[in-house]
Amino acid sequence: MEVVDIDARAAKLGIDWSQDDQSEFDTGFGNIIVVDHLPVVPKEKFEKLEGVVKKIYNQLGVIKENGLWMPVDPDTKMTLGYCFIEFNTPQEAQNAKEKSHGYKLDKSHIFAVNMFDDFDRLMNVKEEWEPPQARPYVPGENLQKWLTDEKARDQLVIRSGPDTEVFWNDTRQKAPEPVHKRPYWTESYVQWSPLGTYLVTLHKQGAAVWGGADTFTRLMRYQHSMVKLVDFSPGEKYLVTYHSQEPSNPRDASKVEIKVFDVRTGRMMRDFKGSADEFSIGGPGGVAGASWPVFRWAGGKDDKYFAKLSKNTISVYETETFSLIDKKSMKVDNVVDICWSPTDSILSLFVPEQGGGNQPAKVALVQIPSKVELRQKNLFSVSDCKMYWQSSGEYLAVKVDRYTKTKKSTYSGFELFRIKERDIPIEVLELDNKNDKIIAFAWEPKGHRFAVIHGDQPRPDVSFYSMKTAQNTGRVSKLATLKAKQANALFWSPTGKYIILAGLKGFNGQLEFFNVDELETMATAEHFMATDIEWDPTGRYVATAVTSVHEMENGFTIWSFNGIMLYRILKDHFFQLAWRPRPPSFLTAEKEEEIAKTLKKYSKKYEAEDQDVSLLLSEQDREKRKALKEEWEKWVMQWKSLHEEEKLVRQNLRDGEVSDVEEDEYEAKEVEFEDLIDVTEEIVQES
Amino acid sequence: MTIECVNPEGLRFNQMKSSSHQTLETRMRPILMKGHERPLTFLRYNRNGDLLFSCAKDHTPTVWFADNGERLGTYRGHSGAVWCCDISRDSSRLITGSADQTAKLWDVKSGKELFTFKFGAPARSVDFSVDDHLAVITTDHFVGTSSAIHVKRIAEDPEDQVGDSVLVLQSPDGKKKINRAVWGPLNQTIVSGGEDAAIRIWDAETGKLLKQSDEEVGHKEAITSLCKAADDSHFLTGSHDKTAKLWDMRTLTLIKTYTTVVPVNAVAMSPLLNHVVLGGGQDASAVTTTDHRAGKFEAKFYDTILQEEIGGVKGHFGPINALAFSPDGKSFSSGGEDGYVRLHHFDSNYFNIKI
Repeated sequence: MEVVDIDARAAKLGIDWSQDDQSEFDTGFGNIIVVDHLPVVPKEKFEKLEGVVKKIYNQLGVIKENGLWMPVDPDTKMTLGYCFIEFNTPQEAQNAKEKSHGYKLDKSHIFAVNMFDDFDRLMNVKEEWEPPQARPYVPGENLQKWLTDEKARDQLVIRSGPDTEVFWNDTRQKAPEPVHKRPYWTESYVQWSPLGTYLVTLHKQGAAVWGGADTFTRLMRYQHSMVKLVDFSPGEKYLVTYHSQEPSNPRDASKVEIKVFDVRTGRMMRDFKGSADEFSIGGPGGVAGASWPVFRWAGGKDDKYFAKLSKNTISVYETETFSLIDKKSMKVDNVVDICWSPTDSILSLFVPEQGGGNQPAKVALVQIPSKVELRQKNLFSVSDCKMYWQSSGEYLAVKVDRYTKTKKSTYSGFELFRIKERDIPIEVLELDNKNDKIIAFAWEPKGHRFAVIHGDQPRPDVSFYSMKTAQNTGRVSKLATLKAKQANALFWSPTGKYIILAGLKGFNGQLEFFNVDELETMATAEHFMATDIEWDPTGRYVATAVTSVHEMENGFTIWSFNGIMLYRILKDHFFQLAWRPRPPSFLTAEKEEEIAKTLKKYSKKYEAEDQDVSLLLSEQDREKRKALKEEWEKWVMQWKSLHEEEKLVRQNLRDGEVSDVEEDEYEAKEVEFEDLIDVTEEIVQES
Repeated sequence: MTIECVNPEGLRFNQMKSSSHQTLETRMRPILMKGHERPLTFLRYNRNGDLLFSCAKDHTPTVWFADNGERLGTYRGHSGAVWCCDISRDSSRLITGSADQTAKLWDVKSGKELFTFKFGAPARSVDFSVDDHLAVITTDHFVGTSSAIHVKRIAEDPEDQVGDSVLVLQSPDGKKKINRAVWGPLNQTIVSGGEDAAIRIWDAETGKLLKQSDEEVGHKEAITSLCKAADDSHFLTGSHDKTAKLWDMRTLTLIKTYTTVVPVNAVAMSPLLNHVVLGGGQDASAVTTTDHRAGKFEAKFYDTILQEEIGGVKGHFGPINALAFSPDGKSFSSGGEDGYVRLHHFDSNYFNIKI
């Protein structure tokens, strides 16, 4: 069996054997370093030099007893200009190597430090440089093939029990059509890349991405042992992986390691190491690990910048060199939250009140890479702020919780920024009843409206606002308020216009499908105990799921956008459901509008197809039923004849009682019955 | 067309017309029969269908008028939960099996205790043979004894009754309960099912194990209930694996499987229409974690042939432990963990269900 065959077989069985091969063979010399470019000294000075070297390296790690060995030329008794140092652990050796490489002992002696294990490799480097062989270009698979599905269906991935499965959502067949299924595909969870090209799985050795034209093959692996979390850049050029290790001493912060990979080449572009505090700002996330995602990517497809928030600093990196912009972080005292515009490289940040209210809280917009502050607003007696960007980066809503005069309670309002307008005007919005608690807020994707759930549980109100109405282009205005709804979460369709007002958790999965254009409810439904709601990327269907946080009812239901239940799949131990995202359409906005107007022309074709399928289905259904009925009839016939055969024996058992008489007794009989009630004779006189 | 039903105790039936769901509600008012103080365990109609016998974890089996739900009388004498009962063909004798380690024979009319079969372990199920001359009784494993199936001869005259077993069958795994054992056609076989998920057919003469259900197609978890057709040709089993299965009684061929979302505690087959009913619910410990709206305590109706759910009857506020159809198929009753027996007379809509 050739290696290729083994590979194929392993892939079929879902075994990742090749990864095991990579784990390095431990030579046991991993804790030894070789220090070069030491001075060459005679015997008399040997001890002095040894002392100096020991002193240097004792600062960097614990040298094993007799762990320093400086060879001496047996003839001249002179040292050879290098030494071996054995540390207690490979980590210390690695650290010592990194820190002391290039150490200047004096002008002419600059240390060159290598790991002992690397020597073989370095020795094998050929003297002559050979130009690398140019490999012929092999076109790769079409990773976007799923978009060309004839029936224009969407894919979704689910995890239940040990299995991870990818399906087509086939609403015509009212059932999911399997694409790929694998037990133990991932060791924790799976995630689609933002444009849907890749599915990333997590393993002990690192992360892997899967994709391909027809089925899911492994495209690339990213080595990062014990990876816990992953995140893609929005243009899916880079993959960020995260690993944190609990400290052995519970008082220490846990160690965090983050790596940034180039998705296509698999090359690690940069890694960040440190304690958890460096990747978070104090908060409760600081102990267990950093708040994810640590690195927030600037909007847009370019994947140019990413930012990290830590105490009093914002570090913005650019991806050309993977270093800080202007080589330094931005100092912002006490900053607690940052948020990128989803489309531009504009960063919004929030600084809370300081000095007991002497210094007001601040929300600011900063242009990157220039770091110019575009707009800022000072806010007084603020307890907290939350920033919500609209998906096309046109508006920013800041929910501001302010203290009342007594400081005992808070009330909420909104500051609305119009990013795309001159000077970025800010508008203040307060709810009709400004004491209402705000339960949820959501922008209409790509739109100018937003929805707010406010008021008191258990029957809060839902209000819709628009940033520009026909009468009022420059001001926000309220469209409607729906009173007393059983809702605590909002789910806009990705195309806007429709929204699901959902009552999760305490409301046990109430769903209201609402049309915001017409301001009318299309349907109300319930998915009992639903925990998750997710629209498909086209806004045609929506999935509601009960995940394994509940013991019962696990599974998911697919609905149409207007609230008609299409099908339900029950799966025990249901963990995750995720629609495969679609990249944005290449059509211009005008073209899309044109299609929307002439939709009838296109829909005819699909309606015809729909009808064909439903005819076929009912035909199949009829045939199946017929077959089942016939099979059953056969059984019944057989039972009847056997029963007849045994009749005598049964009679004898019952002491001759004719036992089967009653069995006909309950057969339904239609009896026509005519009764003559009365007869009267009447003589009709001829006139 | 949807007729909304205000009465939460109504019967809900989905009319499946190829692909469109339609719900047809019928306003069937059940009769609530409150007589037991503990969860119900078993229900059985007599052959004429005028009497309904109920067993519960309290110690007194009760007989009711199957027509209006009026209580006719009780059978006092057991000192433990009563698990099962059976009525002779002529409705003169009642046999009950109880956790007090006895099975008792009663005179149905007078309520008089006629005989007590003593075992060293709780009696789990009882069943009269076709001729009422034999009874099969299963016992649980208990200190020193393993679960077993006993065949007793039932004397014509109670004076002549003896307690000796004609035949004793030992289950292969004596630690697992045998939840039900019934007579096969012509008393030639005994069919048993229990906690080890296997269905076994035994020779009633020799005690030889004739057939055992295939592990591949059979139940995966404990079998809780077993109900046979009137002509002894097939039977239905319910299991904790959330399915009910229909088997040929002679060949032990699996014919149908009905899948539901909760463990099945009780099953029944309509003698009139091609309907099977499954009742169940989760363990008592998990009951408080779900809402009654979850529909877990519904008696679910399935089309026998198509294996599709056609409707359900809500009402119990605990798992359903017992189900029985009246012999004419025009009413059925359910008994729940909540201690109630609910007696339903079907209305005309039920008989017009199209699927």
